[in-house]
Amino acid sequence: MDVELILKVYPYFLKAAVITVELSVLTTILGLICGALGTTARLSRFAIVRFLGAAYVSLFRGTPALIQLFLLYFGGPQIGIQLDAFSAGVIGLGLNIGAYMTETMRGAIISVDEGQGEAARTLGLSRAQSFRKVVLPQAMRLMIRPLGVNINAQIKGTALVSAISVVELTYTAQRYIGSTYKPFEMFFLAGILYLAIITITGKGVAYLDRRARLQ
Amino acid sequence: MGLDFSVIPPFYGTLALGVLWTIAITAASAVLSFFGGILLAVVALYGPLLVRLPFRFVAWLFMGTPLLLQLFLIYFGLAQIGVDLPAFVAGVIGLGFHYAVYNSELIQTAMVAVDKGQMEAARTLGLSRRQALMRVVVPQAVRDVLPPIGNNMIALLKDSALVSVIGVSELTLSAQLAIGRTYRPFEFYAAAAVLYYVINLGMEAVLRGFEKRNRLSR
Repeated sequence: MDVELILKVYPYFLKAAVITVELSVLTTILGLICGALGTTARLSRFAIVRFLGAAYVSLFRGTPALIQLFLLYFGGPQIGIQLDAFSAGVIGLGLNIGAYMTETMRGAIISVDEGQGEAARTLGLSRAQSFRKVVLPQAMRLMIRPLGVNINAQIKGTALVSAISVVELTYTAQRYIGSTYKPFEMFFLAGILYLAIITITGKGVAYLDRRARLQ
Repeated sequence: MGLDFSVIPPFYGTLALGVLWTIAITAASAVLSFFGGILLAVVALYGPLLVRLPFRFVAWLFMGTPLLLQLFLIYFGLAQIGVDLPAFVAGVIGLGFHYAVYNSELIQTAMVAVDKGQMEAARTLGLSRRQALMRVVVPQAVRDVLPPIGNNMIALLKDSALVSVIGVSELTLSAQLAIGRTYRPFEFYAAAAVLYYVINLGMEAVLRGFEKRNRLSR
């Protein structure tokens, strides 16, 4: 292991790790929004809206995220969508993880006992009220942990935007592998940073999960 | 520049070849990840401590880093230590090993959950520890986790697109070749997406068929 080289290049990796964190945070936020919208659509009273929700989930889960990213970034300009690489990365990955989060959120909501919604309706709450005040709070507690799994996968998924030349961790590692021919050292550096980001995020999710369970 | 899907037909052959390579790399990696997963699980649970600990460490490393980064490591790392592999082989090793680690986690959980009496009964009947493990415990454990292993294989199909970056001419790279000639990214990436979607549907149908047969055989 070439320690000298590692000490020389690690500042660039730290800078790249900041970009990876930014990508992860923005993608997670967008993913949660898409997931909430997707779930609302999939549980809608209207068949056409349910179909649209199901189509979103099926298309985005049925094709590679890399292809979705390329379609948006390289194909977008042909249909009038011109995005810089970073924005295309966030939007592409956010839409993709949103489809997975839709399934997670829907799963949590339908696993709340049916009697809860029925009881709330019997007590005079409207459909919307009983969902918002009775079913959703219980579902929220159930979805924290599986959403954490989605977020973990999505942090690693940010590596894909290296293919549209966003200078994040994997892109930086790849560039230095090319210029130094030291793949193990570069993998080690980038790997430690990914593991740090994932471990910290995992601890955060576990903390939220514990707090939600205590209530 | 509007859309013009008539640019696609001249490249049917290129795309068809890409589909075949995508199926080939997915199948080869899926087989590797399945048997590799069993091997990793057995070693992680029953191997000697000196083997078990490094295995755990590597598993942790591979579950916490992106597949794309691992592919670069395998492709360029093996070349550095003098093992010059064709991109296809490096891709299969990378994809196969990555998913073997995930499969191994599933199989370990299931192996721990297999009733202890199974092992004891097999030993009583005169099977060695290894025989009892491989013929009694492992098959039951694997059967229990076939559906989630199937889900991993479907995820593997989509991740096979990543090997295009190390130069395996599967579907994604085939689409890129066609784009290089026509400058029509939207049409060809859309075509690739449709083809992936169809392969995905086919694979899901096959796996559901397996699961059904597996349920009936209990």
